Amino acid sequence: MATRFDAVMARRGAIMRKALGMDYSEFELSPVAFDYERMMTAHGYSLDDIVGIQTRAGVGNTPLLELKNLTDLVRSISEAGKGARIFVKDEAANLAGAFKDRRASVSIHVAKEKGYEGVIAATSGNYGAAVASQAARNGLKCIICQETFDSRKVGQPEIVEKGRICESYGAEVVQMTVGPELFFHMVELLDVTGYFAASLYSSFGVSGIETLGLEISREMRALTGADPTHVIITHAGGGNTTGTARGLKRAGATSTQIVSASVDLSGLHMASDNDFNRKSFTTGHTGFGVPFATWPDRADVPRNAARPLRYIDRYLTVTQGEVFYLTEAMAKLEGLERGPAGNTAMTAAVSLARGLPRDATVVVQETEYTGAGKHHWSQLNFAKEMGVEVRAGDPKDNVPGKVIVIPEALEQIHANDFDVARMRKSYVRNALKNAPEGYAPTADDVVFLAADTNSDAAAVEALLAELKEA
Amino acid sequence: MTDATRAREGDWVEVECKLLDPADRSKNLPPETAEKPLMMWVKGFAQGEAGMGEELTIETMTGRKVTGALSAVNPGYFITYGNPIPELAHVGRDLRARLAAYRATEGPAGAAEGGDR
Repeated sequence: MATRFDAVMARRGAIMRKALGMDYSEFELSPVAFDYERMMTAHGYSLDDIVGIQTRAGVGNTPLLELKNLTDLVRSISEAGKGARIFVKDEAANLAGAFKDRRASVSIHVAKEKGYEGVIAATSGNYGAAVASQAARNGLKCIICQETFDSRKVGQPEIVEKGRICESYGAEVVQMTVGPELFFHMVELLDVTGYFAASLYSSFGVSGIETLGLEISREMRALTGADPTHVIITHAGGGNTTGTARGLKRAGATSTQIVSASVDLSGLHMASDNDFNRKSFTTGHTGFGVPFATWPDRADVPRNAARPLRYIDRYLTVTQGEVFYLTEAMAKLEGLERGPAGNTAMTAAVSLARGLPRDATVVVQETEYTGAGKHHWSQLNFAKEMGVEVRAGDPKDNVPGKVIVIPEALEQIHANDFDVARMRKSYVRNALKNAPEGYAPTADDVVFLAADTNSDAAAVEALLAELKEA
Repeated sequence: MTDATRAREGDWVEVECKLLDPADRSKNLPPETAEKPLMMWVKGFAQGEAGMGEELTIETMTGRKVTGALSAVNPGYFITYGNPIPELAHVGRDLRARLAAYRATEGPAGAAEGGDR
């Protein structure tokens, strides 16, 4: 007999089609390729329409702040002539406290327009608060499915806080133990309620982030006379990178380098009941960043709108201890007390700016709200309770899940380059693995794979030949 | 924590449900996860009376009826900031002193304008 899990998953395609209000099959071109740009614009909203939706929703137009104290400190540890100017978009100023409001505002607008009674999203992050807040404003019912607890019902303070804020906004929060079957239950709930799937990875949500890139370009031109030389983005599932980079391009900021940054959680298994509470970051980390970039279509939609390899120029990693240090520093130096996960890119920006000339400009494109649970002190106290060692020293000695090393000085912050070429290769391997066995990619597939990995046809051909050999 | 050990009709409560037995869980889970059931908790208004661990149906905020074992009455949120972190205590003082020292040698404008002096 089929289990409940198998029975729901077998009907997944049909349930999701109804819940997403759009049929993804019309974008498919082959077992490998699909029309990404057509999928992204099929909703019919112009960028101006989205700005309008967000303005009415209390979202966007967040302050762009120059961080003069941090910039000077970086210059104090840089070689002569080095030390780029650092800026931040204070996205915590959005209605529910994060850039995720940009995503949610468009999804909830669509749900309301299409006449759905409610919305469902699977998220343990700020996106839950954003969806719950926008649903409340629009009179829609809201269910948030959250991976909250280990098998002892112990929860990460950050996730427990995110559950609290969703309930504060009137959402029903379905809290679960560790495991990818969160998505099975979400599909089951979509089936019984008939609600809209406010997926993090739909084109509605990712389109909503494009306004962030647009604002950065416009505000930097007004402030400095030019687009930023670099925009650095905290990277998890890839939507933040994708949406921001698309918005920058649409604003004409074509020479701006796109740098993603994640916390290094290598060695921790994302579906492990033991590792679950031994990580201090529940988002913005490599545990999402790498698998989603190298295979975006593992998401809860047939085709993921978040395709970061199309846009990334560099991918930097930092350690948990470095981010906690910078989070403390931002409050004391810049009067910005914000959540640690959102400061991941800020931490990598210190390392990046140090190596750039003084006339370069680095925009850190988000902050997130903080508070009990979502505060670096809560996180570190919880880590200690979970048996993770917290000590001062050189961040090189950091071991995810075992030791959090807090730097003793700013110059110890050093972001590492993750090998983007290797990510492109794994992406191509995964694309082939997910096509029918023995499928031979066509010339059109090669063009698609080149676009999807921001490389060229010759490079993809070489990769395909190499994979065939192996 | 709340002291109440019984839910009365209309109370705001939490129930616990087992969604999947270990045998029915997704394949490819690490063993420490695969051997545990997938559990779920949700809050809502009690539709009757029950003691802790007893079966109870609730009505959630979306109006769904969910039946599970009563796990909390008037469940709270016990997240805190906790104590300051000793390893971070020096950060503000050190960096402010460094900034002041740097500006004393480089001039007060620092990064202020243009930045390419």
